[in-house]
Amino acid sequence: MAIRVFLTLLLFLSSAILSFSLYEDQAGLTDWHQRYIGKVKHAVFHTQKTGRKRVIVSTEENVVASLDLRHGEIFWRHVLGTKDAIDGAGIALGKYVITLSSEGSTLRAWNLPDGQMVWETSLLTAQHSKSLLSVPINLKVDKDYPITVFGGGYLHAVSAIDGEVLWKKDFTAEGFEVQRVLQAPGSSIIYVLGFLHSSEAVVYQIDSKSGEVVAQKSTVFPGGFSGEISSVSSDKVVVLDSTRSILVTIGFIDGDISFQKTPISDLVEDSGTAEILSPLLSNMLAVKVNKRTIFVNVGDKGKLEVVDSLSDETAMSDSLPVADDQEAFASVHHEGSKIHLMVKLVNDLNNVLLRETIQMDQNRGRVHKVFMNNYIRTDRSNGFRALIVMEDHSLLLLQQGAIVWSREEGLASVTDVTTAELPLEKDGVSVAKVEHTLFEWLKGHVLKLKGSLLLASPEDVVAIQELRVKSSGKNKLTRDHNGFRKLILALTRAGKLFALHTGDGRIVWSMLLNSPSQSQSCERPNGVSLYQWQVPHHHAMDENPSVLVVGKCGSDSSAPGVLSFVDVYTGKEISSSDIGHSVVQVMPLPITDSKEQRLHLIADTVGHVHLYPKTSEALSIFQREFQNVYWYTVEADDGIIRGHVMKGSCSGETADEYCFTTRELWTVVFPSESEKIISTLTRKPNEVVHTQAKVNTDQDLLYKYVSRNLLFVATVSPKGAGEIGSVTPEESSLVVYLIDTITGRILHRLSHQGCQGPVHAVFSENWVVYHYFNIRAHKYEVTVVEIYDQSRAENKNVWKLILGKHNLTAPITSYSRPEVFTKSQSYFFAQSVKTIAVTSTAKGITSKQLLIGTIGDQILALDKRFVDPRRTLNPSQAEKEEGIIPLTDTLPIIPQAYVTHSHKVEGLRGIVTAPSKLESTTHVFAYGVDLFYTRLAPSKTYDSLTDDFSYALLLITIVALVAAIYITWVLSEKKELSEKWR
Amino acid sequence: MAPILRSTSLFALIVCQISLIFLFASTLPISSGSESEDSYTITGRVRIPASTVIGHAAKFSNIKVILNGGQHVTFLRPDGYFTFHKVPAGTHLIEVYAMGYFFSPVRVDVSARHRGKVQATLTETRRSLTELVLEPLRAEQYYEMREPFSVMSILKSPMGLMVGFMVVVVFLMPKLMENIDPEEMKSAQEQMRSQGVPSLTSLLPASR
Repeated sequence: MAIRVFLTLLLFLSSAILSFSLYEDQAGLTDWHQRYIGKVKHAVFHTQKTGRKRVIVSTEENVVASLDLRHGEIFWRHVLGTKDAIDGAGIALGKYVITLSSEGSTLRAWNLPDGQMVWETSLLTAQHSKSLLSVPINLKVDKDYPITVFGGGYLHAVSAIDGEVLWKKDFTAEGFEVQRVLQAPGSSIIYVLGFLHSSEAVVYQIDSKSGEVVAQKSTVFPGGFSGEISSVSSDKVVVLDSTRSILVTIGFIDGDISFQKTPISDLVEDSGTAEILSPLLSNMLAVKVNKRTIFVNVGDKGKLEVVDSLSDETAMSDSLPVADDQEAFASVHHEGSKIHLMVKLVNDLNNVLLRETIQMDQNRGRVHKVFMNNYIRTDRSNGFRALIVMEDHSLLLLQQGAIVWSREEGLASVTDVTTAELPLEKDGVSVAKVEHTLFEWLKGHVLKLKGSLLLASPEDVVAIQELRVKSSGKNKLTRDHNGFRKLILALTRAGKLFALHTGDGRIVWSMLLNSPSQSQSCERPNGVSLYQWQVPHHHAMDENPSVLVVGKCGSDSSAPGVLSFVDVYTGKEISSSDIGHSVVQVMPLPITDSKEQRLHLIADTVGHVHLYPKTSEALSIFQREFQNVYWYTVEADDGIIRGHVMKGSCSGETADEYCFTTRELWTVVFPSESEKIISTLTRKPNEVVHTQAKVNTDQDLLYKYVSRNLLFVATVSPKGAGEIGSVTPEESSLVVYLIDTITGRILHRLSHQGCQGPVHAVFSENWVVYHYFNIRAHKYEVTVVEIYDQSRAENKNVWKLILGKHNLTAPITSYSRPEVFTKSQSYFFAQSVKTIAVTSTAKGITSKQLLIGTIGDQILALDKRFVDPRRTLNPSQAEKEEGIIPLTDTLPIIPQAYVTHSHKVEGLRGIVTAPSKLESTTHVFAYGVDLFYTRLAPSKTYDSLTDDFSYALLLITIVALVAAIYITWVLSEKKELSEKWR
Repeated sequence: MAPILRSTSLFALIVCQISLIFLFASTLPISSGSESEDSYTITGRVRIPASTVIGHAAKFSNIKVILNGGQHVTFLRPDGYFTFHKVPAGTHLIEVYAMGYFFSPVRVDVSARHRGKVQATLTETRRSLTELVLEPLRAEQYYEMREPFSVMSILKSPMGLMVGFMVVVVFLMPKLMENIDPEEMKSAQEQMRSQGVPSLTSLLPASR
């Protein structure tokens, strides 16, 4: 009886509702979070006042941030909306950070110390144009000089104190393009320089107090201008003519426009076309000609004169006033593995104020941008610091000949992620550091016990955290038994591959992609996608695993691709090749060669398919499977999905034997007037399904329709493809399809009236879950569709299963018409969603959780049981026992189920899951502007002791039991003795 | 007002906040203004009850207000106000994201006929708002709370159950044995001897 009670108690304890939850002291134990800002576009230093020195940056990821100049940490940061690109940044009144964004239509002021938004002003815009922000530099706080903003055809003057628009001026005339807005310091006249039809220079003089046009002059320049312009002083600009071979100096002193032409051939010999570089230097401009950068001094009369020339891989900063009315600028150029930083006076280029040589990691590429700042040293001389942005988007601060800090900002723009194993433990190296003494071991566990019983003091808590990190050995660079230690390989837009350790998120190695041909057109390919190339586990065990990085030269779809093979253990490039054709689609095949290299097919824009690796062995393997290779393409703009099959070898001069032609097998055409494809999705190719059947509560079997060739397609009415709020419920409907990609057969079609996108979906095993907007209810909805195989439904008993027509050994073909049926159910969901993923485990036994990346940049873990079509309002007792949750109209958002707990993955774009070796556990990696990693156990760690398992309590129990046994033994001895004496 | 609001201290913010609630609470109709023919402005404010702000990480500077699932993102001014500019007439969705709080999405109807008149409804509770003042539905706690130390928590743990069970066996079993009448005991012992294997299960039914 006691045993029965004991067992029921145990059962009761173990059947408590499973959900992801974390105690506060467990945060940071298995997860890490890294904050980034992205590639810096503008940087403004704020070092005048004593106290915290900071630099305000705005980036290509639409982030405005304040960084600590001493350590590079983020004081505060704001991620603006995706369509809210920052056009300019500045500091006004010494206390507000001013940003201009959304093509010059939104002006915001942020409080400098804490990043609180102070005011926001929406500016009138009418047309697409340059956006120019000029924040007056004044140290006197009491005088409010207006901020002048040009954007969208209007010039605005905005008060820096409260963002009030003081005046605005319309420049939206046909063909007129404003190029520069200039204001001499201390002057009340604003010059607006623009080109009318690219051939007439127009200068407006505007009174900065009232916004009235004081004077207007225009002069026709017969040669015409090309857009690039450089302002060299407050009354002069230099521009290239339309042939890019003549420099035109435009002076507009007192409103008179004068041109002065200087052919570039007068400045340098055998010149080609020129390009004006962006840095603003006073009375000087930098021009790129013939792969050289020349510095041209602009004299008082507009006379041009070459004063210096440097190699073209030189990056320069804007000039900056230093003492005695002189201006200085910084330039950085490469020499081997070193970079040279030079600060020179603009007036006298031979006067080098600073010359520093710094060793630079080759994997950072070239210097892209330099921002310079000066400070007064204790001996009253000028010191300089330079903030440089490298080709891999990293941000470094150089000062006194050393890199003070660096930030790997490339990781803010991850494009693709995969995981890789770490090397095996070598013989002779002990796996874990042996615990020091038994006493210390016991002490540690007593500490842990105290922690779990809430008896620990704050110092104890710190000690416990340290102990946990140390004892877990999670940061080692070798494979562990549970598969918790792995490498996360992240490819960034800059074309850099990072290997991050799952233990603490540190960068194990990084590698910048190189163009194999080093051609002029493609110096550095962009990173596109990442594939597992070689994962040795059976044969070829001595080979290191490797990944395939697919890159592209240029942004259009027909740009030639670049393949690079990278060794995962060392981070070295094994080989790379310029493949000479474009990359539209990369298809990993489920076959490998004898060296366990996976065969990949790459489709190009012409309709050919290329096989990699290019070896005869791979070719012979592929020839065997030639008839069984199918692929599909989605033309979302035309609403067509096509299925293709291999046809034969390519013909033509450039074709080799690894190139194949294809023919179209089927097409699905969606009516363009009523349906527009907005989302397509397939299952993850490496997903493991544990069981093909599902047992119902009434002992009935349901067979999952598990096919790798299913494609989920969502279409909306063309009107509903826009934003929420742009369409009425009657005008929009959402239709989802499940399409077999071998035959093109539509297996299921489901239509939602009065709904619209965006659709975010996840496809796993035999179910799809998708999130969309219901216009009628004005709420987001989540629908689950599960697809089951009807034809195997009769295989109810063992004999039929073995002998029936659909037993497991019978071949399954996609050509036979599948008899399927689906079950679906919809729920409301209270948040916008950015992305959805699903957990994946090694054998697929563990129940699954949906990982929902919400618009608030958090990740919510939602048990799959909540999106189960079998949920009913009043589940029967049997159903309840099986774990079916009563139906509710809304999916619950449990705060403890946020796997990101108190963190935000700002700018969240994707979630990647990968199984660990331990069945219960899965790796979760989320990327956006920030990176976040954690380990999840969707059904709790049923196959290993949890981290907070108390060994001390176990030990104490055993000791207590032994003592009890001894005591009772002694007692019984005594009793027996006394009984014998009786 | 503005110089006070620039202060970094959260406390000052709260004080302003409270004073502003008194100042503006009654005078804030749902406001909008037309900028051009079909674009309007939605202005509202976010109010977090002062009592929950203290000691919590949520700051006004970290709160985002999102229109139509990311079409526009804006931030709060120090007084809690936010504005969306250039919004076309129609039905829109506003969501507020603040760490530590859950806000219901708000359905906002901008009327074209009434020159941008705005009607707002909380979609979660279906409550319509007379003014666009958004308050959190609930505060969110992202961590499980450690239960305070209690004897029960030890007893409930597997180890505690083991000890408990042993205690029951050690101290209660002899009591049970005592209650058994000596003759029955003797017969039971004989039975045991004949069976060879003494077991608890053979004893327990006998005690009934």
